[in-house]
Amino acid sequence: MRSDPVSGGNASWPLRSAALAGILFLHVPLAFILLYAFSAEEKSFVFPPPALTTKWFAVAFHRDDIRDALWLSIKVASVSTAIAIVLGTLAAAAVWRSRFFGRDAISLLIILPIALPGIITGISLRSAFNLVDIPFSFWTIVVGHGTFCIVVIYNNVLARLRRSAPGMIEASMDLGANGFQTFRHVLLPNMATALLAGGMLAFALSFDEVIVTTFTAGQQTTLPIWMLTELVRPRERPVTNVVAVFVIAVTFIPILLAFYLTRDTQEVAGSGK
Amino acid sequence: MSEGNRVAVSFASVSRVFGEVRAVDDVSFEVADGEFFSMLGPSGSGKTTCLRLIAGFEQPDAGRVTVHGKDVKGVPPYERDVNTVFQDYALFPHMSVYENVEYGLMIRKLPAAERRRQSEEMLELVKLSGLGGRKPSQLSGGQRQRVALARALINHPSVLLLDEPLGALDLKLREQMQDELKDLQRRVGITFIYVTHDQGEALAMSDRLAVFNHGRIEQIGTPGEIYEHPATAFVAGFVGVSNLCEGEFARRLTGSPRPFAIRPEKIAVLAADAPMPDNAISATGKVSSITYLGATTRYTVAVDGGQLTVVRQNSGDGGRTPAAGDTVRICFARDLVQSLKEDSA
Amino acid sequence: MTMAASPSVLQRVSSALYLHPRLLLLLLLTPPLLWLGVIYLGSLFSLLLQSFFYIDHFSGAVVREFSLRTYRELFTASHMDIILRTTLMAAAVTLAAAAIAFPLGYYMVRYASMRMRAVLYLGVMLPLWSSYLVRVYAWKLILAKEGIVTWFAEQLHLLWLLNAILSIPVVGGPSLSISYIGTFMVFLYIWLPFMILPVVAALERVPRSLIEASADLGAHPRQTLRKVIFPLALPGIVAGSIFTFSLTLGDYIIPRIIGSSRPFIGQTVYQLQGVSGNIPLAAAFTVVPIVIMGVYLMVAKRMGAFNAL
Repeated sequence: MRSDPVSGGNASWPLRSAALAGILFLHVPLAFILLYAFSAEEKSFVFPPPALTTKWFAVAFHRDDIRDALWLSIKVASVSTAIAIVLGTLAAAAVWRSRFFGRDAISLLIILPIALPGIITGISLRSAFNLVDIPFSFWTIVVGHGTFCIVVIYNNVLARLRRSAPGMIEASMDLGANGFQTFRHVLLPNMATALLAGGMLAFALSFDEVIVTTFTAGQQTTLPIWMLTELVRPRERPVTNVVAVFVIAVTFIPILLAFYLTRDTQEVAGSGK
Repeated sequence: MSEGNRVAVSFASVSRVFGEVRAVDDVSFEVADGEFFSMLGPSGSGKTTCLRLIAGFEQPDAGRVTVHGKDVKGVPPYERDVNTVFQDYALFPHMSVYENVEYGLMIRKLPAAERRRQSEEMLELVKLSGLGGRKPSQLSGGQRQRVALARALINHPSVLLLDEPLGALDLKLREQMQDELKDLQRRVGITFIYVTHDQGEALAMSDRLAVFNHGRIEQIGTPGEIYEHPATAFVAGFVGVSNLCEGEFARRLTGSPRPFAIRPEKIAVLAADAPMPDNAISATGKVSSITYLGATTRYTVAVDGGQLTVVRQNSGDGGRTPAAGDTVRICFARDLVQSLKEDSA
Repeated sequence: MTMAASPSVLQRVSSALYLHPRLLLLLLLTPPLLWLGVIYLGSLFSLLLQSFFYIDHFSGAVVREFSLRTYRELFTASHMDIILRTTLMAAAVTLAAAAIAFPLGYYMVRYASMRMRAVLYLGVMLPLWSSYLVRVYAWKLILAKEGIVTWFAEQLHLLWLLNAILSIPVVGGPSLSISYIGTFMVFLYIWLPFMILPVVAALERVPRSLIEASADLGAHPRQTLRKVIFPLALPGIVAGSIFTFSLTLGDYIIPRIIGSSRPFIGQTVYQLQGVSGNIPLAAAFTVVPIVIMGVYLMVAKRMGAFNAL
């Protein structure tokens, strides 16, 4: 039973300002980043910025280390999302249809990588790699990312499956379609939006991830790792700002799309992070 | 029963067990080709499980299920010449009405033009022409039901299974659909196997029906047979209303303690001093309650040893009607007494 | 209707799986379970295992023998200091987050129109999913000595207030970006959406009829809020607190970028397993948040927070 808003009711002004303050608190810092990307001052974060310029965008574009980091992040995010889609969908399908011993334990296991602090996941993976003598590589990063991306896909697909009429599979089989045909014509189209939304969220999650990545990347640099290094030992501050603006844009868009894709549902994608 | 009596579906000592529960318990029956056959019973009586055994969504733990003489053990639903209309319709939400109806044809790889031609025909048969382009979410309950029907019928199955298809509709629509389904079945000529818990529906539509209780069949017969000659107390009580008399009460009325049932409309209410007809069972008692029902009036009469429910037509001709507290004489013909056997507990 | 003359291979496989649903289940579950079981649980276990080893301080190598030496080292004063510091920060962030999230959530559910609610919901979610590092970085800009906060304080002639805050012992510091207050604010900012979302979900689940019944029985809106709405929303707050608490316990980046040089659990773990190579002690340190969260989760479950997730 959802609580509907009081029709025509007016909140007291302290409440309204508290709400507004809360939302502003969340968004204003991002606005400042945008501002600083155009700042002409290179050495410090002085406010207000002395002058505005767009030259840093061009500089950032030509920096090789930024381009390499960006490319690595994209590759990692794509592969991790693909793995998560396969594994997450399989798990969601299994949990949806059957009641079996240990079902709750499985749900817990899937959520665990994202429920426990990233540092625990990161250090566990690193110590495991050390123990088994696996050198750091592209795949060690992917292993980490794939693991916590599974839950994003799993949640989305499971929520979608649970909202679909249970008789659909039986109806399809009754009409002459075998299991594979049923999957292709009935299940897959139904899950499509959930897969897309979950996939984009997983991509954004992996693209942005830094905590686990620092432990599993060894010498490699993804974009967040690059940014972390810059934060600790800045080279060209405004360039960092430009990259920050770029990252905001790149992650905003998939989130917005995922939100619109699942908007018609009670369970909004991503709220289960 | 239709000519050339081929058997469409048969159950031979079929059982289906879920853990401790015997959902279907040693059930046997036959459905003739072209029949409208209903399976009637309260929820949990096993009728839906039997339907699913025919469709292929369940496998029997014992016994044999045959469709047109062939044992269908291990045959998945998509290889059976049987189609189902589901209780919640189970329409594919991401497909239009056309695509839903054409689904079976699409699986069998019929070309698009041919599929469209057949689905148009089918939509006209179920009176939904012109709605082909809509999505299920844009249809009313009654319309969705017809789409489910069309989607099943287009495959020309030899047997159509219907799982309480009218349950979600309101009364007027339900009665209208009952007539339409009966009419459709006669026109299309295929065997309909219909599951319902509504005894009025089963009586109105079926050629024959089976009454289920606790996983067993209590009685199979035509609607007339079931209603007029119920075999057990359960059938007498579930199909229509009945007075169940047993033990001492039965002995006081008929002279024998054997349990029997008598329908309320078969009992006459006369003045206390009215002459008693020959060969009738009668007793005197007091009217303890009266309920006016429009076309009829229901009386509860307390007689020696128990109570009897009597239903009387309201003829409106001004004759004297009993009032509460009146002493009256009830009587009914001896040959209307239905002896009962024990029902399954 | 004619049926296929002889079923294809795909058809046969499909039928076999249909008639043996447990086999299908096994096939579905094996890949994800294998991955998670081997990779994730396996590495967690190996970490736990390492905490029972110890490091030989002379050779710098890890001795793979079972011993409780490392745990004894964990319980020294300086280490316990770190744990206490982190736990206090986590508690402070959690309380502040609840204090901000509740009014916002209450407004969203009770007073905002459907459209506004969707906008606000999106407004809370977008920062949540946009880059963590960028948001931390934004605060570094804002809190810097020459940054925005200072500028605001100057404009409003409140510089004295800013300096007063900064000179509070323990939590103050030379500038906001090098002080516990700064760390606190950034933690609060980053984890706030994690608190808002469960609170909103819990408030939405409070049936309208209960609020009306309370009013009908004579309660003022504020009493209804205190006695009816808040207790029912509490599981949501506790659910959100699980995130804020746990995330603060484990974070090592925020204190490193914005904070004093005194380390938190996260940074300690990072340092220990990095240059020092003291993996056993690092592992022992990570066990601490796991244990704390385990206890926290048990309490939270009893308070019904799991239903609010």
